[in-house]
Amino acid sequence: MLKIDNLQASIEGTAILKGINLEVKAGEIHAIMGPNGSGKSTLAQVLAGHESYEVTGGSASFLDKDLLDMGPEERAREGLFLAFQYPVEIPGVNSTYFLRTGFNEMCKHRGEEQMDAMDFLALVREKLKLVEMDESFLKRSVNEGFSGGEKKRHEVLQMAVLEPKLAILDETDSGLDIDALRIVANGVNALHSPDKAAIVVTHYQRLLEYIVPDYVHVLYKGQIVKSGGKELALELEEKGYDWVKDEAVGALA
Amino acid sequence: MTEKTNRKDWYLARFADFEQSLNGEASTPVHAARQRAIARFGELGFPTGRDEEWRYTSIAELLREDFAPVYAGVDMPSEIESLLVAGLDSYVLVFVDGHYAAGLSQVEDLPAGVRVESLAASLKEGELVEGLGAATADAGDAFSELNAAFLKDGALVQVGAGVQLDKPVQLLFVASRARAAANPRVLVQVENNASATVIESYASLTPEAHWTNSVAEINVGENAHLDHYRIQDENAVAYHISALHVSEQRASNFRSTCITLGGRLTRNHVHTQLVGEGIDSTLNGLYVTEGEQHVDNHTLIEHAQPHCQSHEFYKGVLADDSTGVFRGQILVHQAAQKTDAYQANRNLLLSNRAEINTKPQLEIYADDVKCSHGATIGQLDEDAIFYLRSRGIGRANARRVLTRAFAGEVVERVQVEALRQELEERVGQRLEQVVATLE
Repeated sequence: MLKIDNLQASIEGTAILKGINLEVKAGEIHAIMGPNGSGKSTLAQVLAGHESYEVTGGSASFLDKDLLDMGPEERAREGLFLAFQYPVEIPGVNSTYFLRTGFNEMCKHRGEEQMDAMDFLALVREKLKLVEMDESFLKRSVNEGFSGGEKKRHEVLQMAVLEPKLAILDETDSGLDIDALRIVANGVNALHSPDKAAIVVTHYQRLLEYIVPDYVHVLYKGQIVKSGGKELALELEEKGYDWVKDEAVGALA
Repeated sequence: MTEKTNRKDWYLARFADFEQSLNGEASTPVHAARQRAIARFGELGFPTGRDEEWRYTSIAELLREDFAPVYAGVDMPSEIESLLVAGLDSYVLVFVDGHYAAGLSQVEDLPAGVRVESLAASLKEGELVEGLGAATADAGDAFSELNAAFLKDGALVQVGAGVQLDKPVQLLFVASRARAAANPRVLVQVENNASATVIESYASLTPEAHWTNSVAEINVGENAHLDHYRIQDENAVAYHISALHVSEQRASNFRSTCITLGGRLTRNHVHTQLVGEGIDSTLNGLYVTEGEQHVDNHTLIEHAQPHCQSHEFYKGVLADDSTGVFRGQILVHQAAQKTDAYQANRNLLLSNRAEINTKPQLEIYADDVKCSHGATIGQLDEDAIFYLRSRGIGRANARRVLTRAFAGEVVERVQVEALRQELEERVGQRLEQVVATLE
């Protein structure tokens, strides 16, 4: 589904990603872990098409199309979704309107009929249950005045509505209490299926107790320095990142 | 300098023509007031860039044109329906080049104690209507004096004590003639314990340049309520100068909404005086500019008595080479303890060439007050655009959504449902047009 080959990216001239290789197949969940500043969020943003980052080398394809050639909206329409680490507040834009506009863009792209306000409301009401959110959210401006947990649940709600093929969750667990973490994880799990894939970017192993990955990759200084199964996450939890760093320094040297 | 002196003389000469046309009316009190006004105009002359109040707004182009004051012989347009608020049941007065068009107006079945009529009707006996000119005479404003000098017509809205006016009043001012200067006057008197909604709108039927120089005087009686709207959507080569003077009495509630979409050069001056205790006063505003439009909003809120609140909220969206000015003066007199005044001016610049000069100006002589102000100037939030795009919404659409949301904060405060819907539509279309030109 997603093939990343020697991907390199920089921001304002500073290289952040220094050759990422990763392949994600349908049905798989990959976790990307790593210490602060290793490039985890940059990878997520670059895959979603943030224009502040410059891709300086390598390639990435999504469903056999050149991902890097597409604007963020085209990537989304093709079925890529990024759950933001810091969801943006948009005063004055009502949540339902926001969701429906995005949803209908997807419909248009697939050549399907767009949904009217009434039908869409019924659909969203159903999806709200998944993230245990109150209907009052729909009337509020996007993310405005939402608590940290509400923002993350709102991200999962969007994912539930847009039904992406590949979801990238960027530190969706950060700052969540255990209840919110459970709700977010349950939502993600419920949306997972054999024809879909997910990349879970996280600093901590805790989330992976709820969303069990097939593969765990450790990102350090812009490269994947170690890959393994879910047990790698536990090992990291026990030993910390220093152990990988030492190994990596050895290997890179 | 010579040009301005000449232009002043030119208007003095137009006044002489006007006087000639009056015949017997020339000896009435109304005309005596006009003569006093033209004399004061002659002393004042037009403002220049050296006047602090006009530093960022040049009227040089306005003074270059021969705009002839219209005092007779107006042709009546047949179709103005589309310029009225759709689906709004209201009392309607229509003015063409500043003159009342009875055939286009609808003021049947007014409740007892209410007058909604042309000022010409009130003035025809030559007697001044009480309150007329009270706020503008000697205010030192050349444009108001010019308006008073050519005073011939306008709107009178009088809501008697205790009357809750059942329908809004729409005052529609259309410009039909190229190079015409209209000098309409609006007088609104909402007496004690009464309430009313008044919508003033300004539009052009001609695509050519014209000048509207309007003055409104409003009195909101004790415990009375007035919801006032001013919507200016004239053509892109029109000049529009307006003054709104409001006197608010004890425990009254006044809301003003000033929306500017049209005009080559617009200057709106709003002066509210809170002369009693316990008043609640709101000034909302929105301006959307493109091309080479210039919009200047000048507001002065004067707190004279204790325990009053004022809320001011102006927003602007400026594109292309357009420019704007916001000056928000709040004056709190020594007696006005426990004043609670809030002011905000937020601007969205859609091009590198667009410009806004925003200047809050608080003068506080009381020591126990709460006054706050904030001014912001920004571009569209790139993070928000990316967020929308990452949900499948294209860049142009994302900009449209964000710009509409920005302006929507003012439009959603409009209390009259039909007007709010119409403004959502019109402002939305306008923004769509503005955003479509972006790279």
